[in-house]
Amino acid sequence: MNLQNLKAVFLITVMSIFLAACSSTSTEDSAGDSAYGDGSAVGTGTAGDGSAYGEDLGAGGVDTVFYFEFDKAILRPEARAALDIHAQRLRGTSRQVRLEGHADERGTREYNMALGERRANAVKEYLVIQGVSSDNLEVISYGEERPAQLGSDEQSWSMNRRVEMK
Amino acid sequence: MRKTHGLLALLFLSLTVLSARAELTIEITHGVDNPTVIAVSPIESGQRILPEDISQIVSADLERSGLFQAIDRSNMLSFPRTSGEVYYRDWRVLGAQYLVYGNAERQQDGRIKVTFGLNEILGEKAVLSQVVYGTDGNIRDIAHYISDKVYEAITGIRGAFSTRIAYVTATPGRNNQLVYRLMVADADGARERMMLESREPLMSPTWSPDGKELAYVSFETGRPAVFRQRLNDATREQLTNFKGLNGAPAWSPDGRKMALVLSKDGNPEIYVLDMATRQFTRITNHFAIDTEPNWTPDGKALIFTSDRGGSPQIYKMVLATGAMERVTFRGSYNARPRLAPDGRTLVLVHRDGGQFHIASQDLISGDFRILTSTFLDESPTVAPNGAMLLYATKRGSKNLLAAVSIDAGVKFLLPSREGDVREPAWSPFLN
Repeated sequence: MNLQNLKAVFLITVMSIFLAACSSTSTEDSAGDSAYGDGSAVGTGTAGDGSAYGEDLGAGGVDTVFYFEFDKAILRPEARAALDIHAQRLRGTSRQVRLEGHADERGTREYNMALGERRANAVKEYLVIQGVSSDNLEVISYGEERPAQLGSDEQSWSMNRRVEMK
Repeated sequence: MRKTHGLLALLFLSLTVLSARAELTIEITHGVDNPTVIAVSPIESGQRILPEDISQIVSADLERSGLFQAIDRSNMLSFPRTSGEVYYRDWRVLGAQYLVYGNAERQQDGRIKVTFGLNEILGEKAVLSQVVYGTDGNIRDIAHYISDKVYEAITGIRGAFSTRIAYVTATPGRNNQLVYRLMVADADGARERMMLESREPLMSPTWSPDGKELAYVSFETGRPAVFRQRLNDATREQLTNFKGLNGAPAWSPDGRKMALVLSKDGNPEIYVLDMATRQFTRITNHFAIDTEPNWTPDGKALIFTSDRGGSPQIYKMVLATGAMERVTFRGSYNARPRLAPDGRTLVLVHRDGGQFHIASQDLISGDFRILTSTFLDESPTVAPNGAMLLYATKRGSKNLLAAVSIDAGVKFLLPSREGDVREPAWSPFLN
């Protein structure tokens, strides 16, 4: 490589450093701009979500969080009892419901994404069988990325293997 | 003496902005029983012209491989800068088997010229001599380059000190809400740089085979989606926007395709995206979970996790024929496979009792080994030279990165100062 080429390389290097310095992107910034409307990022589980949908799913003390065994997506009897009440309330309405599936921290992250979805689908299928329109039910899995409780013990894990209705 | 001229003016080097301190520091917990004793004589012992100490970086690189024990500078009897200045007796008394020395000069155009060499002490001969050029902005690259050459001259294995790692951090921000960041750093944790910041989860970073891009999963739209992002200008592009899972991206070895997971048809299936035509081809078709695809080095088959047999296990599918084969049989949980560059050593996450460890399986001999003994180990990623693998583990309540050699002889931790570090991805060779 001759000196001329080296100069060119050096110039590009300097330019790239400059570019790199300006380049980190942030989705935090964009969360507040017009692309995301009012800045309340698309329903990611803050306290305000219930009112945005018009009706409080947990009214009357009915469970909105359902728990599962490790690597399983089978609804427990108490979950089915609560879902029967939800189905009754939701049938024939246009209430949009978001079913967020979660896993505990054990096992691999993408497998846990699949597991969280399987759990949320178990809730969805149960509601659909009870007559709720599947068009009103959206399934989102967060895998192990959004634990309800931090901690590496059975108690925390059991709280994290869950589906939240929102 | 053989004399070669190397030139270190690599474009990728320019992508990094120097940062004063690394967020990740190295803690070697276990090395080989009989490490090679090496001395790295200071390249600058008198008047200093360089902003960083090249010899210290080289010394730390070699020690981090676990194969070397470096002699402390304060014990050295002389500081040779050329082969002619080496008094072998000075190094024999210290028990050194090899000696690295060098000399730095600033050239008229401001660039730095480093002449370095490696001598064998017992044989009293020079085994390597090279010249490398750089700038004040890439001293660490010069150092890692020297480490690579020294490592290769002694072990016969290409050095991976000049490579990078990508990973995700999660740090509590305002209102204790987690802030997720996609980071890239040198393989030693230095020169950390943020690629992306989000209040929604970031997952599954993976490198393009040319080392110029990352693909990952971001929840910034409120749902998981696969993105690609260039390292040099941070340009990004959303690749998927389907209902359900959009995850586990893995570039094909030729960079033309990407395997990923979509559940748009009802349950998680593996698809291959043609990067040019943007066509998705469905690869698996089963009501079970199929996820975590990884390509064989020849690009002809995918290795992936499936629970079609009742528990998560590793399977292999030949793309041309659709022929499917179960790969793992030991235990009830084997997932997230990654193939070493030899195409033969599979590393994976294995449940052993109640613990999750990184294990390796030789695809030809079937030899199965548990490599780690830490807690909740996951996300193994193999260095491009196949010598080490990085993984995520847990210490106390904190997620951190750790490394282990592929033969389990060398182990070290990369603790971060704050927040959780997870999902390491080791880059390909970048030069």
